[in-house]
Amino acid sequence: MKNGTAQQLVISGVGGQGVLFLTRLLAEAAMDKGLAVFTSETHGMAQRGGTVISHLKVGDFTSPMIRPGCADGLLVLKEENLDLHAGYGRAGAWAVVNSRHPVPSRQGDCPLEVATVDAFGLAREVASPRSSNLVVLGRAITICRDMFCGPDDIVRVLERRLAGDEQRLHKAVTAFRAGMKAQQ
Amino acid sequence: MKPSRLLLLGNEAIARGLVEAGCAVATAYPGTPSSEILPAVARFRADEKLGGHVQWAVNEKVAFEIAYAASISGLRAAVSMKQVGLNVASDPLMSAAYMGAKGGFLVISADDPGPHSSQTEQDSRLMAMMAKIPVLDPASPLQAKQMVAAGFRLSEEFSIPVLLRPTTRVCHSRQDIELSVPAPCELNPDYRKDPLRWAATPKFRFKLHGELEDKLARIAGWEATRPVQLNRARGGSLAVVASGVAAAHAAEIFKALGLWENLPLYQVLQPYPLHTDFCRKILESCESVLVLEETTGVIEMQLASRGQVRGKLSGDVPSVGEILPEDIEQIVAGFAGVKVAARRIQQAPGRRPTLCAGCPHRAAFFAIKKAAPKGVYPSDIGCYTLGLNLGAVDTVLCMGAAVSQAAGFHHALKNRAKQPPIVATIGDSTFFHSGIAPLVDSVVQKVPFVLVILDNSTTAMTGNQPTAASGWGVNGESLARVDLAAVVKGCGVGFCRQADPYAIKEFAALLKEALAYCRDHGPAVVISKRPCLLDLRRRGGNWEPKQVVVTEACDGCGFCVTQFECPALVLAEGDKQVVLDTMVCTGCGVCVEVCPKKALEVVG
Repeated sequence: MKNGTAQQLVISGVGGQGVLFLTRLLAEAAMDKGLAVFTSETHGMAQRGGTVISHLKVGDFTSPMIRPGCADGLLVLKEENLDLHAGYGRAGAWAVVNSRHPVPSRQGDCPLEVATVDAFGLAREVASPRSSNLVVLGRAITICRDMFCGPDDIVRVLERRLAGDEQRLHKAVTAFRAGMKAQQ
Repeated sequence: MKPSRLLLLGNEAIARGLVEAGCAVATAYPGTPSSEILPAVARFRADEKLGGHVQWAVNEKVAFEIAYAASISGLRAAVSMKQVGLNVASDPLMSAAYMGAKGGFLVISADDPGPHSSQTEQDSRLMAMMAKIPVLDPASPLQAKQMVAAGFRLSEEFSIPVLLRPTTRVCHSRQDIELSVPAPCELNPDYRKDPLRWAATPKFRFKLHGELEDKLARIAGWEATRPVQLNRARGGSLAVVASGVAAAHAAEIFKALGLWENLPLYQVLQPYPLHTDFCRKILESCESVLVLEETTGVIEMQLASRGQVRGKLSGDVPSVGEILPEDIEQIVAGFAGVKVAARRIQQAPGRRPTLCAGCPHRAAFFAIKKAAPKGVYPSDIGCYTLGLNLGAVDTVLCMGAAVSQAAGFHHALKNRAKQPPIVATIGDSTFFHSGIAPLVDSVVQKVPFVLVILDNSTTAMTGNQPTAASGWGVNGESLARVDLAAVVKGCGVGFCRQADPYAIKEFAALLKEALAYCRDHGPAVVISKRPCLLDLRRRGGNWEPKQVVVTEACDGCGFCVTQFECPALVLAEGDKQVVLDTMVCTGCGVCVEVCPKKALEVVG
């Protein structure tokens, strides 16, 4: 395991948006780099369209959960969740929010550098609506300079996870790259 | 060659532990947060080409008894369930504790502090205490895997069932975990008749109880499960004792607060029986001990010196809900006398869960409200509990209670001048689990109510496990099917009809017929037959979506949103018309029949 890398990310959305898939993708990308990983996920009743949050911790941790004020970044697949989960960010953390219109960066108790991407719109345009989670990830990996993994690492995990389903893989990679190119 | 490190869900880590430890028989009934254990056992076993038996049972009691017979026969066996499932299996548990185990026997009961997806926050460790068996409390997926191996050794060394108690945060965490080669799985049974033990009469139970107490006293000194000190801080007047995921949180928080070097932090691996010498030493050497555990003060009550111990009983740690890492940070800082800013996520309600778009239950509930608008609606445990949102669920108690409560409400309300119609709802899997016995009872008592069995051909809420009617098992293997209607008729029910809830009008008419029948003849059963759409899609079933549009006739009355609550129909504040979210819509077309203004149409 590499020493020194420690990153805590919150992935937030509603049931059915692919929060778990995204979490797992990032976790496997970390493992590929020889980093230790913890995630904490929402299953069961809450998955039926309710608010869903995943915690991802890469590096030397013992607890699977992120404390408020400690996350380095937030991937917010549903704009309304930003208010719910902004408190997880540390001072100077970033958030990528799925939104059609600009969302101001947050000051005050939990300051956050907010970037947006119209993930539903882009996903529908280039792939399928279900790929909006990967658009958000594409945007995040572009704006976050010290992310523990790069775009190629993500594509490699996608290729492995979706091996044998060329169509879905193509859509996923296309959506991911569309997120990377998006500027708002 | 398979990778030797895998990203495993806590439940998968437990499963891997079972397979690596040579568990020959594994059984379960699904329930969040435990459901992923059994399928992972089946998968790992198939990967490793191992024999043995893995099965979903019809309920937790049955699952327990099947696995326990394997233990009596000398094989390693495990049964897994959620915490309220252990209530169902508590009858065999209490007796098995007396009789003991032969092959290692693990009872895995996953607790759900929070609760996130459960009726109660009950602590299975208290059940272990009541049964007088040891319980292990893992802090992480990796430790859960290790505790499976330790649990089997403990079980065999002392001939006793062992409880493994993970919580949601262990079950549903993922961690990168090193895999080992499975130990050879012993499949040759060593069944020997010993009726004095396995069919003990009360006189011998007394003797077995004595033996059990003796075992517990020895287990309270067993080396492998002794509490461990996580840091190297030397003892002063204070110490913190934690178990389960609270210990994992505490370790990180100790480092963040600068306490790692100077405040001893112990993790209890076996909360019951707590190691005798640990109790004695820590109470002798410390003025004050803080205990962090979920959800009841099981360790705390064994550290029997109220003046010295801070925890739930002293009011220092909340007795209700999950103890989040941010709570632990505050509690530990207060205990150690260091300052830390209070940081807390406001527990905003967020989005409430709802039935999926296209869910057949929604259509059935709508028809029930139509057929019996002033009815009493007992319901049960499953996705359809969410019928609450639609006003079609009045009570949810526990598995199978819809049926017995329907009877109970009839007896309680029958002296009212105007008796309300009673329409109970229960899922197919829940009916097989616990609905049959109360249905027999209501036939005997001729109770006038309609039972709607919401038959979506799966155990949906917990992730689409098969039911007794599915005809396939945890490996996807072919099994016998039990015919639901035949069971209902076999219970003595005279009216048992099946219909598709998507045809709301016809379904409501059938319900009225059933209501009329039950008044003179006792319970009538309507089987609402339509597969879970999630399951149907996953299994590649036939599904031809209809294209629904909102027409000009929509005046934004909101009836479809409040009374039908399909997530695909959205009426935002200020909007004059309902908007159909085509991303969410499944094309079931049921809403067309729901709209009072005829403003929803199927096109194409």
